[in-house]
Amino acid sequence: MSAVANPTRAAREDTPRSSQAGAPVVRLHDVHKSFGALKVLDGVSLDVGPGEIAAIIGQSGSGKSTALRCINALETIQQGTIHVCGHAIHDPGLDRRALRRDVGIVFQSYNLFPHLTAEQNIMLAPTCVKGMTKAQARDLARAVLSHVGLAEKAEHYPEQLSGGQQQRVAIARSLAMRPKLMLFDEVTSALDPQLTGEVLKVMENLAREGMTMILVTHEMAFARKVASKVVYMHRGRVWETGTGAMLDDPQTPELRAFIGNGL
Amino acid sequence: MQSFGLAHVEFLAWAALWTVGLSAIAFVGGGLLGFAVALLRVSSNPAARVAAIVYIQIVQGTPLLILLFLIYFGVAVIGFTGVPAILAAGAGLTIYASGFLAEIWRGCIQSVPKTQWEAAECLALTRWQRMTRVILPQALRIATPPTVGFLVQIVKNTSLASVVGFVELAQAGKLINNSIFEPFTIFVTVAVFYFALCFPLSTWSRSLERTLNVSRR
Amino acid sequence: MSYQFDFAALLPYWPEFVRGLWLTLQLSAMATVLGFIVGTLCAIGRADGPPAVKWAVAAYVEVIRNTPLLVQIFLVYFGIATLGIRIGANTAAVAALVVNVGAYTCEIVRAGLESVHKAQLEAADCLGLSRVQTYWHVVLRPAVERVYPALTSQYVLLMLASSITSQISAEELTAVANRVQSDTFRSFETYIVVGLLYLLLSFVVRIAFWLVGLGVFVRRRKLGTAL
Ligand SMILES: Nc1ncnc2c1ncn2[C@@H]1O[C@H](COP(=O)(O)OP(=O)(O)O)[C@@H](O)[C@H]1O
Ligand SMILES: [Mg+2]
Repeated sequence: MSAVANPTRAAREDTPRSSQAGAPVVRLHDVHKSFGALKVLDGVSLDVGPGEIAAIIGQSGSGKSTALRCINALETIQQGTIHVCGHAIHDPGLDRRALRRDVGIVFQSYNLFPHLTAEQNIMLAPTCVKGMTKAQARDLARAVLSHVGLAEKAEHYPEQLSGGQQQRVAIARSLAMRPKLMLFDEVTSALDPQLTGEVLKVMENLAREGMTMILVTHEMAFARKVASKVVYMHRGRVWETGTGAMLDDPQTPELRAFIGNGL
Repeated sequence: MQSFGLAHVEFLAWAALWTVGLSAIAFVGGGLLGFAVALLRVSSNPAARVAAIVYIQIVQGTPLLILLFLIYFGVAVIGFTGVPAILAAGAGLTIYASGFLAEIWRGCIQSVPKTQWEAAECLALTRWQRMTRVILPQALRIATPPTVGFLVQIVKNTSLASVVGFVELAQAGKLINNSIFEPFTIFVTVAVFYFALCFPLSTWSRSLERTLNVSRR
Repeated sequence: MSYQFDFAALLPYWPEFVRGLWLTLQLSAMATVLGFIVGTLCAIGRADGPPAVKWAVAAYVEVIRNTPLLVQIFLVYFGIATLGIRIGANTAAVAALVVNVGAYTCEIVRAGLESVHKAQLEAADCLGLSRVQTYWHVVLRPAVERVYPALTSQYVLLMLASSITSQISAEELTAVANRVQSDTFRSFETYIVVGLLYLLLSFVVRIAFWLVGLGVFVRRRKLGTAL
């Protein structure tokens, strides 16, 4: 694949993955977050190293989305520290625009811009934020679209695409900013099994190429296969952490119950 | 020359009553005529539908001012002379209101889900029964907020009746201005009168709409 | 009924009608463009401005929507004169129409702004777009697209309402009609002709808006969604 056709990093299949490989890309330390009286994050600590794939699992309402949103500075925290790609998220003087260049996020509900084609959705941020020319941005858009297998859908509007295709465009839109870290929040939860498969495949490719990713997911099989670190959250805490193998041998009754329900 | 005073305000207050009266005429007349046109507009007869569409398009595509002039000079043409201004103004505003109300109500009637028609048909109701027993009661709820909202348009547009010599609020303002020429004070006062008439209606219409949206959810 | 229609008496006045028609179009076009700008800025101020701006816009909208255009025209015309500024009737007419239609535009565009989902703003934020960029690309375009039909109707009404500026003798179509009928004593015929001209104009304005919509809202055209 040429450099243009593969907009993410070069494949590094041979590189061993471990959090010791370098300074963590993401470090949460004792993060507390409440909505009013409701305590949602109750002392969360988490390290994600470069090239690591962290899968966050847990019951609905356990604070997974909130944790992800805190990492991307979409929520403010009351206590603790968060460092992401060298940015101190907890710092009120955070340069959000700089953070946005380093972190991409994909939501469950795609959130594509309905009045723009797939290609225009992708071109918007590179032209607005990075000052690319239209032509450069279009080339880039074509490249990331073919990366997610949608080269022929460039001119389509979101409503002309299936849910799985929209979600892949949303992923491509984030990739076009060449982030160092990708966040995924239940990106397949609104999709039927077949469409889920095509989105997961895109994410698996990204993982193989060495992208650092944190994903909230209900796809246990996917987490087991792709994640280098599995994080089980319960009641706003990191209840259990381990590799994919943790799912076969849960240590806490809560995780055991959760897996029992989930499978 | 005397300056703007209490006597003028009193004169305006009387004129405001005429504004209210003319609005009432236009609303009742326009409502009856508009309802008939709305029924034609949704009828099963294509000729009736076309006639209703043409009527609505003409009324909505002509300035009210021109409508009023047409009626004013038109009745003279037919042979009636010395028609009282209130009749000419009332007729003009009635036609104006009917064109807009017909279109508003058509939308409301057609926003009742098609399944309601089908359900009523399955109960062997006649077309008339379906309309009066099933569709209109539902359409009425939807129609209330925009109808009250349009009432505001009627009140404001009665100000144009002055062109056929009807003395309502705006014309009263002009008459006072002709004698004492204090346009700014006079027309601000006139505007306050209109505001006092229209604002409660607008507020009412909005709160009706809110209630409807809440109950629909 | 023994009335003899005589439209021929109006024939010599056709250049006047054309002039009036042209001025009506000019007045309406200017008021439409300026009113759209004023109304959109007000809508943004109402949605996202500081409390004082929100309050001021709300008051402006309420006052305009609850008083007749005729009175607004008198107030602008005489009000500006009271300030000691001398302007022509046409300028006063445009000013009054802008003040009027700006308030209605504000309400319509605001409804459009409110229909843009919060998640869209968050998505734009996460892509690194600034507030202004987000507003321009993600909020305003789709908002205006959504309320475009309502705006079209409003601006057709504006064109028809511009006839009221004849009351301060702006020399538009209705004023021309008033003069011609008093010259010819063919009142009924005159207003029939002018009524037809307004019908024609409202048709033309609708088509113009439709064409503009086709050019601006490419998605609607491609997907075949009616405007
Ligand atoms: N913006 C918010 N305001 C108030 N409560 C919220 C908000 N966002 C999330 N919550 C609450 O925080 C808790 C955790 O939510 P979330 O992080 O979305 O859980 P998860 O993603 O694990 O399902 C839930 O009880 C939810 O209702
Ligand atoms: Mg969630």
